[in-house]
Amino acid sequence: MNEPVQKQHLFDNPRNVSLAIGSLYIVCILLFLLDFILHRHATSEWDGFTGFFALFGFIACVTIVLAAKQLRKILKHKENYYDVDD
Amino acid sequence: MWMIDLPPFVPFFIAALLALITRGRVRNLIVLATPVLGGLYLWLDVTPGIVTTIPVLEYELILMRADRLSLLFGYLFHIAAFIIAIFALHVRDTTQSVSSLLYAGSALGAVFAGDLITLFIFWELLAISSVFLIWARRTERAIRSGMRYLIIQVSSGMLLLAGAMVQYYQTGSLEFDFIGLEGISGWLIFLAFGIKCAFPLLHNWLTDAYPEATPTGAVFLSAFTTKVAVYALARGFPGTELLIYIGAVMTCFPIFYAVIENDLRRVLAYSLINQLGFMVCGIGIGTALALNGTVAHAFSHVLYKALLFMSMGAVLYRAGTIKSSDLGGLYKSMPKTALLCIIGACSISAFPLFSGFVSKSMILAAMIQEGYDYLWLVLLFASAGVFHHAGIKIPYFAFFANDSGIRTREAPVNMLIAMSIAAILCVFIGTQPQYLYALLPWEVEYWPYETTHVLSQFQLLFFAALAFVWLNKLGIYPREMPAVNLDADWLYRKLLPDTTRSVYGFLKQTGHRIEDTFDSTLKDAAKSMISTRLGRFNLAASWPTGSMAFWLAVILGLFLLADAMN
Repeated sequence: MNEPVQKQHLFDNPRNVSLAIGSLYIVCILLFLLDFILHRHATSEWDGFTGFFALFGFIACVTIVLAAKQLRKILKHKENYYDVDD
Repeated sequence: MWMIDLPPFVPFFIAALLALITRGRVRNLIVLATPVLGGLYLWLDVTPGIVTTIPVLEYELILMRADRLSLLFGYLFHIAAFIIAIFALHVRDTTQSVSSLLYAGSALGAVFAGDLITLFIFWELLAISSVFLIWARRTERAIRSGMRYLIIQVSSGMLLLAGAMVQYYQTGSLEFDFIGLEGISGWLIFLAFGIKCAFPLLHNWLTDAYPEATPTGAVFLSAFTTKVAVYALARGFPGTELLIYIGAVMTCFPIFYAVIENDLRRVLAYSLINQLGFMVCGIGIGTALALNGTVAHAFSHVLYKALLFMSMGAVLYRAGTIKSSDLGGLYKSMPKTALLCIIGACSISAFPLFSGFVSKSMILAAMIQEGYDYLWLVLLFASAGVFHHAGIKIPYFAFFANDSGIRTREAPVNMLIAMSIAAILCVFIGTQPQYLYALLPWEVEYWPYETTHVLSQFQLLFFAALAFVWLNKLGIYPREMPAVNLDADWLYRKLLPDTTRSVYGFLKQTGHRIEDTFDSTLKDAAKSMISTRLGRFNLAASWPTGSMAFWLAVILGLFLLADAMN
């Protein structure tokens, strides 16, 4: 996993990071294209159209993060919030 | 034949006694041998249909009721107890050794309990034995948190007892079978189970206390309490539609908390509730496929959740912190732990070939079958969410992300062995699900590996990962920072104490004010009285008594005069 001499670790090299992210992009593209090649039968009344799961996964996660950021504005307090007055 | 029908909790309780008086290797041997021997006994000797009772007064306690449902949980708890015992082998703390054995034994006692009184006894023992795994951290925070945990858990037991008594009064039976939401007893017991199962708004004991437990204690806690509750719900309330909606809420709301939570073990606690949500949904649907899905998911869940809690326990043990704002880059020092954590993450995210995939999908399939298409979408959303916060966030912020500069050693050998066993089981269940399926309580044909299912799951998960990368690159992803995020426990940790304090303060102040007002009124009155004629005879300082004494003297004088005249 690492080059022992210089203690250069796997992701210390920016090229490896790009490689990992690049592979993710490629896998995503392939998975999306597979929807056109393989027959994916609809399991519910929603997922009949091509790319449903890809789109759903992406949008779900973006929604979660954006909503959580808003939630943080309301919920976030100092770390010792409950310790005060104790 | 008593030896053969020994209730499975007994060996654990005896082992706990032995652990109390032994030390070192002998104790380690006891701690390891108990789940192995107990598990073998259960596997080889106990068949469905065996019932063990003991008479207490006029009543018969059913200490063991073995059927396919209780047996599967029995196997699971033995496996979990064994793996976690290895993980905790380095711990030299009698409190933890004894309480973890009692705790595992109580969990076994609860799932084999055939009547509500036996269930109640083990329900409370679960609470009492497990709190020591929190207190054993021996910090002020842990002690306070453990106290809150204990109060809530014991209250759950009280509700269970109340429900049991009402049921006995109404039906004359204490048997623990289908209960349903009929009448007050059903609701009381439902609430008792709901507290232990971390229903929304009743869930904060879990996210509050588990992250305060010791590194090894949290792993034990993650395995038993909530799964006993799942078992109890599956036995008492299958097909209760309300549970589907409760479960759906449980799968969703913790995700948002998990995304902004800084303590990685608290992230896991929130994701535990999310996973319980899937099981609760399955119980609510109540068909054979759904219930099988629930039980199978509980099985795989205990293993991958323990694996994740173990990996974070190892990080806490080595790095001394579990705050994601302080961590990062640990794959350099702990590559094996990182890899094992990733296997746990893949399992909880339900990647094909990992355990979560083969169990969770049964619940989702049952949901479609029963026509809950909208709720299926909610669970799909939660599936993407669990990958986001447990599958990516946990390994990414602990082991990768920005290098925190922390350089430590790889986890101890015993921890690595325990994590490896759990990881192997996660992959084994994921790739060879037929063995788990064969143990499930109901007969249903189901096979998860078909093109549509595998492809759709890969698409869902990889595009969720894509969203994470994209949000991170754009800097939209919320920064990890030390903070407390308010949850329902705010009600009893802040609102209630603050209100009590301010009401007390108000009453105290009002009291003073009333006192002051009376004081001055009385002084004014006194002044005006002293200026009366009585003042001359020193009788005005306390006017009413003074005048009373004066008139009494007058009456007595008159009385004497009248007497003399007679």
